[in-house]
Amino acid sequence: MEIEKFSYDNRIVKQFAFATIIWGLVGMTVGLLAAIQLVYPIFNFETSYLTFGRIRPLHTNAVIFAFVGNGIFMGVYYSLQRLCKARMFSDRLSQIHFWGWQLIIVAAALTLPLGLTTGKEYAELEWPIDIAITLIWVVFGWNMFGTILRRRERHLYVAIWFYIATFVTVAVLHIVNSFELPVSFLKSYSWYAGVQDALVQWWYGHNAVAFFLTTPYLGLMYYFIPKVANRPVYSYRLSIIHFWALIFLYIWAGPHHLLYTSLPDWAQSLGVVFSVMLIAPSWGGMINGLLTLRGAWDKVREDVVLKFLVVAVTAYGMATFEGPMLSLKNVNAIGHFTDWIVAHVHVGALGWNGFLTFGILYWLIPKIFGTELWSKKLASWHFWLGTLGILFYAIPMYWAGFMQSLMWKEFTEEGLLKYPNFLETVVQIRPMYIARSLGGALYLIGAVIMGYNLYKTVRAGVFIANEPAEAAPLVKIHKKHGNEHWHRWIERKPVQMMIASLVVILIGGIIEMVPTFLVKSNVPTISHVKPYTPLELQGRDIYVREGCYTCHSQMVRPFRSETARYGDYSKAGEFVYDHPFQWGSKRTGPDLHRLGGKYPDSWHYNHMLDPGSMSPGSIMPSYPWLLDDDLDTASTSSKISAMITLGVPYPKGFEKQANKALMQQADSIAARLKKDGIETPSNKEIIALIAYLQRLGTDIKAGSAAKK
Amino acid sequence: MKFINYLESIMGIGIFPLISLILFFTFFTVLLIYVFRADKQHIRALKNIPLGENDPSNTQKNSHEK
Repeated sequence: MEIEKFSYDNRIVKQFAFATIIWGLVGMTVGLLAAIQLVYPIFNFETSYLTFGRIRPLHTNAVIFAFVGNGIFMGVYYSLQRLCKARMFSDRLSQIHFWGWQLIIVAAALTLPLGLTTGKEYAELEWPIDIAITLIWVVFGWNMFGTILRRRERHLYVAIWFYIATFVTVAVLHIVNSFELPVSFLKSYSWYAGVQDALVQWWYGHNAVAFFLTTPYLGLMYYFIPKVANRPVYSYRLSIIHFWALIFLYIWAGPHHLLYTSLPDWAQSLGVVFSVMLIAPSWGGMINGLLTLRGAWDKVREDVVLKFLVVAVTAYGMATFEGPMLSLKNVNAIGHFTDWIVAHVHVGALGWNGFLTFGILYWLIPKIFGTELWSKKLASWHFWLGTLGILFYAIPMYWAGFMQSLMWKEFTEEGLLKYPNFLETVVQIRPMYIARSLGGALYLIGAVIMGYNLYKTVRAGVFIANEPAEAAPLVKIHKKHGNEHWHRWIERKPVQMMIASLVVILIGGIIEMVPTFLVKSNVPTISHVKPYTPLELQGRDIYVREGCYTCHSQMVRPFRSETARYGDYSKAGEFVYDHPFQWGSKRTGPDLHRLGGKYPDSWHYNHMLDPGSMSPGSIMPSYPWLLDDDLDTASTSSKISAMITLGVPYPKGFEKQANKALMQQADSIAARLKKDGIETPSNKEIIALIAYLQRLGTDIKAGSAAKK
Repeated sequence: MKFINYLESIMGIGIFPLISLILFFTFFTVLLIYVFRADKQHIRALKNIPLGENDPSNTQKNSHEK
């Protein structure tokens, strides 16, 4: 048989590798800033662009989609070509993919600090960027499938299965969660409301972890660990089970982010059951990765690349043990809304994603530059700084999480809350926040050292843009194998593999979501819950813009400790007009769902100007621009129209009178403020925000007052 | 957008989850049986794919094996 000569495209691998390093440093630096802001609010710089509420989404998006995203593509473009014994399908598609993805990242880096956000975690980017993501993702898939179809290796190695599942599932997740109605060029409302929005969002959020941070990296693990250790994976049989079980189970687990919320009970239980089952395939994968190194542990001692990979896989194992534990309802009751969750995700992000990326970079960069790593000593320093960084980050956060949860739930002998002032529980954990910043800084210093080391390596080597290779072409099999096994058939067929993965992941998603959307009893209606007034709606958009949800929940869970602190627990029917929902996932500050009517308008006014004046020791940023900026009333009419399209029952033609109603309400708030000695024009943003905050969770009280 | 409660009007919808359960139970059982009975040579060839990528003789061996 004739051997074909061809070359591997290393240029695209290099581009993604450099991008992952640069964006990684940016994302970590922004993360460090966010951590410092939580200790010293002065680092919010009193400017809207740099407040925590906008910086935190910038950090998460940068780390997930820019650092890990480029890391995925680097690894996939390197390994796919070699596993398929073929050059990438099209160099042009590779370039469109690369530059398109970088443009999306730049767009995110510009819009998020500007407060242009959908208000849904890890899906904050506005609709034009969502469309761009879809298009670029299709380019990636096209290029990948083109390569697979032109391969010279008949069987698809398990890593490729993970890439295919990643491609198809991320596409489904992104499209379903991004259904939104544009109001203007950079503003949209989620198509879903309240409970339904929450369910879709956390189905997305959880599976973004699963299919963006996990499955592609498992694919990389299955390629790079055997490659670096120069021995085949421990058990290929286990990897087959690992793959199918993981993608089947993961998709069901989303509701564990919503335990004890207003989500229907059956959906919560479903989430718990599947989360607990997930431990089996996750640990199967971890064990498979670690046992690949059996008999080669002496190498781990010397090879810094293997060290990174071992810690990465171990961190994966820890995070995937913790995940199922946290999804048990009784454990979740302690951990949810606390810093425990922050510790959990950072073990995954810093340990699993970060260390795997670093390991691959240290191995791959010297390879494609035809040289040795410039300094093994510096790489070793990076390893230890990074490991210490993870420990300094995670341990204080675990401590803070437990402490805060215990304080929230502690009652005195008289049956009163021991810490009725939420701020007390914040002040107590401030030292832990300091330690966390230190951990983050160590980790970042390690990454900077890596950047320097790799820069030196690149300078010392000569880039091999096109790596020559040769392989025999695939011969068509004409004879039908009647007794061939069906799974072998799938193993050879990428399209079948994609369809099978799609079916497997759709089942879980559909069973979870369809009933919540279609069966009436899942979201009971409450007759006295009314749509927001135009001013409140504008105020709500400011709440979303400032990212208040990054620190404040709007979900009082049915616990004595919460009803005693906040008031009546939240009901599903209260959120039917919330596009998007704003339940939040973390309580750095108190829950706000029953905030309405708790304080006078003037309290909110002063508090937004200087939180410390109302709550001494508060770590909340101040929002002086809300007092100065005029409310954009030009958008009111189109916003009300959009809400009507989404099914919010405003009276017919209301969009035309909306601004009149808005000004009336604004004037009355300004008048109340004046009584308390605060002179302000009624057209300022703060007025709208006060209107919204004073409305929060009051509809139910109105109902019970009417009954009396 | 209003959601109408379509599901309530489908006859015998209770059987749907049962069908999915049976389908997936069967899928995973058959998968397990396949995995544990799979040919050793075949599995060995598969797991060596990443290691022998530039070795033409390996390719030939793999493609003839079927």
